[in-house]
Amino acid sequence: MPLNKLNNLFGKSPFEPIQEHIKKAEACAIALQPFINAVIDKDWQGAETAQQQIVKLEHEADLIKKQIRLNLPSNLFLPVPRSDLLELISMQDRIANCAKDIAGLMLGRRMEIPASLVDDMRSYVDLAIATSSQAKKAIEELDELLETGFRGHEVKLVEKMIEELDRLEYEADQLQVTIRAELYGIERDLPPVDAMFLYKIIELIGELSDKSQKVGSRLQIIIAR
Amino acid sequence: MSIIAEHGQLLLILACLFGFFMAWGVGANDVANAMGTSVGAKALTIKQAILIAMLFEFCGAYLAGGEVTQTIRKGILDPAYVADSPELLVYGMLSALLAAGTWLLVASLMGWPVSTTHSIVGALVGFAAVGIDVDAVAWGKVGQIVASWVVSPVLAGTISFGLFISAQSLILRAEKPFEAAKRYIPYYLFLVGFMISMVTMVKGLKHIGLGLTFGQSLMYAAVAGLIITFIGNLFLRRIKDEPDPTGHSRFASVERVFAVLMVFTACAMAFAHGSNDVANAIGPVAAVVSVIQSGGEIAAKAALPWWVLLLGAGGIVFGLATYGFKVIATVGTKITELTPSRGFAAELGAASTVVLASATGLPISTTHTLVGAVLGVGLARGIAALNLRVIRNIFMSWIVTLPAGAGLAIIFFFIFKATLG
Repeated sequence: MPLNKLNNLFGKSPFEPIQEHIKKAEACAIALQPFINAVIDKDWQGAETAQQQIVKLEHEADLIKKQIRLNLPSNLFLPVPRSDLLELISMQDRIANCAKDIAGLMLGRRMEIPASLVDDMRSYVDLAIATSSQAKKAIEELDELLETGFRGHEVKLVEKMIEELDRLEYEADQLQVTIRAELYGIERDLPPVDAMFLYKIIELIGELSDKSQKVGSRLQIIIAR
Repeated sequence: MSIIAEHGQLLLILACLFGFFMAWGVGANDVANAMGTSVGAKALTIKQAILIAMLFEFCGAYLAGGEVTQTIRKGILDPAYVADSPELLVYGMLSALLAAGTWLLVASLMGWPVSTTHSIVGALVGFAAVGIDVDAVAWGKVGQIVASWVVSPVLAGTISFGLFISAQSLILRAEKPFEAAKRYIPYYLFLVGFMISMVTMVKGLKHIGLGLTFGQSLMYAAVAGLIITFIGNLFLRRIKDEPDPTGHSRFASVERVFAVLMVFTACAMAFAHGSNDVANAIGPVAAVVSVIQSGGEIAAKAALPWWVLLLGAGGIVFGLATYGFKVIATVGTKITELTPSRGFAAELGAASTVVLASATGLPISTTHTLVGAVLGVGLARGIAALNLRVIRNIFMSWIVTLPAGAGLAIIFFFIFKATLG
């Protein structure tokens, strides 16, 4: 029917699925909490269940990511550069990937966390989860940013959220330094390979915060234009 | 001459039938584009949209549709060329109606994006150039019309771009958007009433015996604007700043304020659509009527019989009532990206442009104008994603519909000529 002209004018909005995607990515990060608790309790059954949950969520995030990419053909006219949105979605996806890597590695090696590190490791993971939640909070403002045309009062609100995200990531960085120092103090008492992989896990958890912060940076680029 | 005297009644009835059928098609199909935006934005329910469309399409057709009817009737074909054989003009107009109607039906069934305006103009040019004489076509006027097809979406886009930018900076980007919306929306309401009535009064009201001067029009338009503002304010007062029950967007209340504005821009849109598109259906009828009523004389100055406009307006309303409501529902559910704060800008931009074109006597495509207006809002970063392929579709519609309308009109013309002599 000739009326299709007007329907076809509107492409599929990428902003809703981008927000769906960050929710999945955050869910991956949040699922690390029961996982780490199980690892600390050496409950490998529970750890595996938690890891399976993360793998499932990561897969779902992947599917959303693919859908977004497929629905962003270059002849679509968007209020923000297409390349920025594609970058943003890649960054978001790395949060999910990172959570999956952490769980996979720890479960695969049945890694045990030295008793003296347990408390700090818990807060370290909590911080990483908090950064991903903050990233989600900022991304969920995309609706409102679109409403205001990516300018004005709303931009200031989002910028504050990104500042908070940066602060959380900085805190995670500081804690990483502390934990590494603690590990260095006891590394001689540990089997060398275990110690190496503990360093690796500390790095990966740091990366989780780092990727969440990168999502914020991408968002900042989008609203700075 | 004898043919007119012999078959006058028959030809007249045929013209009215074809014209009514065309108007029915406009009401059944085209109106959906004009009203679908408001339904999609949830500013209106489907029932309300139908009622508004019926009332304002009728008003637009009757009050402001005269100029375009005149253009279709005698602006494209130079009547001097058929002064000796007025029956040719009658056949031509009948075949133009039949051609456009057939083509629209075929295109609808095939799902092609075509415009009523383009079909009729193509058909008129076709039968005039081939059936009568290449020089019989007023090429200057045709050039003007074609140019207006390019200008109208651009103009509508520019207006809606400006409107949306103003709404963004005054309301959406404010610290307290809800308060800002309540403060500034009345001005937009005034603008809707003022713009539409101003353009209508300056050009369109001559045929109902209201020859107003510019100053008088200015005054009456201001009064119309104030009345609209007053009515709008009654609605605005009832809207409170309540958080969205789903908690999804902080702008839900703001959008509800804009939705009030969009009710009025929807009326403007229906009015504009009636004023331009009804002429497509009714212009040829008017030409036939004037030839037959004057007993075969091609009176260049004959007044447009008022009942012809009524016929067109009635056809549109009939089309809406029988089929159009379904199409509006379909379009409405598909267009959900256009929230009231965007929809109002697009509709007002398009409506102003269309009413301006109607007043100038230029037949344009309401849908294309609306597409231009939506793109204007998109350029102001207002819409999540716009499919630019639609622009290609618009060009295709021009390239395909003009020859198709022309070809069919030529065939029908020679059939009429052969059977009726």
